[in-house]
Amino acid sequence: MSEHAEHSADLNTVEQPEHPAEHPGYGTFIKVWVALLILTAGLVGMSHVSQTYAVWGLLTMTPLKAGLVFYFFMHLKYEGPLLKIVILVTLGTLLIFFALLFSDVAFH
Amino acid sequence: MTTHATAQPSYLVDTGSRKGLMAWLTTTDHKRIALLYLFSMIAFFLVAMGVGFVMRLVQLTTFQHLITARTYNALFTLHGVIMIFLFVIPGLPAVFGNFFLPILIGAKDVAFPRLNLASWYFFMAGAILAVLSLFTGGGAPDTGWSFYAPFSLKTGTNVSLAVFGAFVLGFSSMLTGINFITTIHRLRAPGMKWFRMPLMCWALYSTSWIQLLATPIVAITLVLVILERFFGIGIFDPAKGGDPLLYQHLFWIYSHPAVYIMILPAMGAITEIIPTFAKRTIFGYKAIAFSSMAIAGVGSLVWAHHMFTSGMSNLATMLFSLLTMIVAVPSAIKVFNWVSTLYKGSIDFQPPLLFALTFIFLFAIGGLTGVMQGALAINVHIHDTYFIVGHFHYVMFGGTGMGFFAALLYWFPKMFGKMYSKTAIYISWFPIFIGFNMLYFGMLILGMMGMPRRYYVHLPQFHTMHVVATVGSWFLVLGLLTYFGTLLYALFKGPKAEDNPWGGVTLEWTLPSPPIQENFETIPTITHGPYQFEQESK
Repeated sequence: MSEHAEHSADLNTVEQPEHPAEHPGYGTFIKVWVALLILTAGLVGMSHVSQTYAVWGLLTMTPLKAGLVFYFFMHLKYEGPLLKIVILVTLGTLLIFFALLFSDVAFH
Repeated sequence: MTTHATAQPSYLVDTGSRKGLMAWLTTTDHKRIALLYLFSMIAFFLVAMGVGFVMRLVQLTTFQHLITARTYNALFTLHGVIMIFLFVIPGLPAVFGNFFLPILIGAKDVAFPRLNLASWYFFMAGAILAVLSLFTGGGAPDTGWSFYAPFSLKTGTNVSLAVFGAFVLGFSSMLTGINFITTIHRLRAPGMKWFRMPLMCWALYSTSWIQLLATPIVAITLVLVILERFFGIGIFDPAKGGDPLLYQHLFWIYSHPAVYIMILPAMGAITEIIPTFAKRTIFGYKAIAFSSMAIAGVGSLVWAHHMFTSGMSNLATMLFSLLTMIVAVPSAIKVFNWVSTLYKGSIDFQPPLLFALTFIFLFAIGGLTGVMQGALAINVHIHDTYFIVGHFHYVMFGGTGMGFFAALLYWFPKMFGKMYSKTAIYISWFPIFIGFNMLYFGMLILGMMGMPRRYYVHLPQFHTMHVVATVGSWFLVLGLLTYFGTLLYALFKGPKAEDNPWGGVTLEWTLPSPPIQENFETIPTITHGPYQFEQESK
């Protein structure tokens, strides 16, 4: 398998980055963590204002938080374009599912 | 024909430290795993076929005393669960995908061989759980294979275990999808560019994406059903403020694309068979490749056409009706290209081609009746009638089933190194074709007359067509038993098959029959497209 895997890797048009030096240090993680805490506080605050604010807060800040987790904690930032495209396809699919679902739920 | 003097043993020979059954149960060879799937699936198919046979018998009043109405409910659930989850969904990808995907792209195995074996164990574990659900708890589930809420939340039958079985089966599907996507991306032979891949690979690639993206949704939904049954969390139960329509949405977001998981690999197999027996290149390679991806994409957006009469918003019904019409376009492109490939070809009429043509004919009826149901007004009239059952069987059995049978006939000599009796297969085809159409076209007519599905009894005006359909089921079963009997006989007593009995030009036909353990002694370098026949290039 290994010999085959080697020449197959040459064929792959998408380069897989292997740069450990680019991986973040603790400082980055702590900054992201603080950002997540601030966003969570903002979310809690908005939910106390009114239901409308709570919904908009959920729709905007939660994906932002998830994005930060994906990007830094789950190392998406340091991955090659292939993996990023896969994630984008998945998120795009999910958004389309939501939109079609709302075509029913919102107009019941 | 090329002959292969190779020192390497066939994949059917045990060469490791383990022998016999243990060698098979611990194998990581994609070809052996494919056979594990094949034999377990054929066993499941025969059981579910027997159940279907009994269900048809019950519609003849003479035999109604055989089972009670409650048992009838359990039987149609069992028939659906086994056929859908244990045969047609995993059918072609797990058997022919596993066996031929690496070979078709010039690889020695799939990207994750151990994960591949784990997928089979997940498959068997899910199957065992589903079977256990019949005999434990409150007895066999009576919900139908769709487990619709709120009935599935309330029934005293053993829905929880059956649903958990389906949940475990989902893992098998997802892991196979991941394996195939990675294999296609990473293990193509030198020169095997995307548009040099055989079209079966494109079909498997698009199928794998659906498996990967849609299966988790039904997995979570099924877990919610279990939580609802045990803890009454109230997500789908209207009595607790839940929404049963949400269950239907979540179920069909997976289960409609699952129909394409079932049919796309069958289309891929047909696309391999037709050029081989027309002795010419496929008509519209790129159109077929892109139509596979389009079916996977658009097919994922049409799920709510199963719910037109459930009380959805008018906007949603119109939207999903439109999308349903659109998905017919890429399917029609494929049919057009298959027929165009045959046009002016040097047709060599052999059993695989006969079953491939049967696929096209039956799938066309299934597809056209599907488009009919996409129209809202017609849908309201025929919803939950036998028309739906007839349409579904035309697509799933006439499509995926016949695709499976055609693929098995096409690749059987390669997989086992044995040739079957072509005459016996031709003989089996007649009762299959006649019985199939009596049974399922009969159902289409019954549905138009207003016969509801899943009823234990029927009104007198439906009786004649029920008799026609039931007699058709006898022919069908007779044909299928002849088909499988012929292949089983060939497996043990059949003459040795040539390496390339059909004159195929894709990579599997360059290998000995059966192939050696790691497929290729040296990885081939690909310099041209997959369907280059000598007559054409001269």
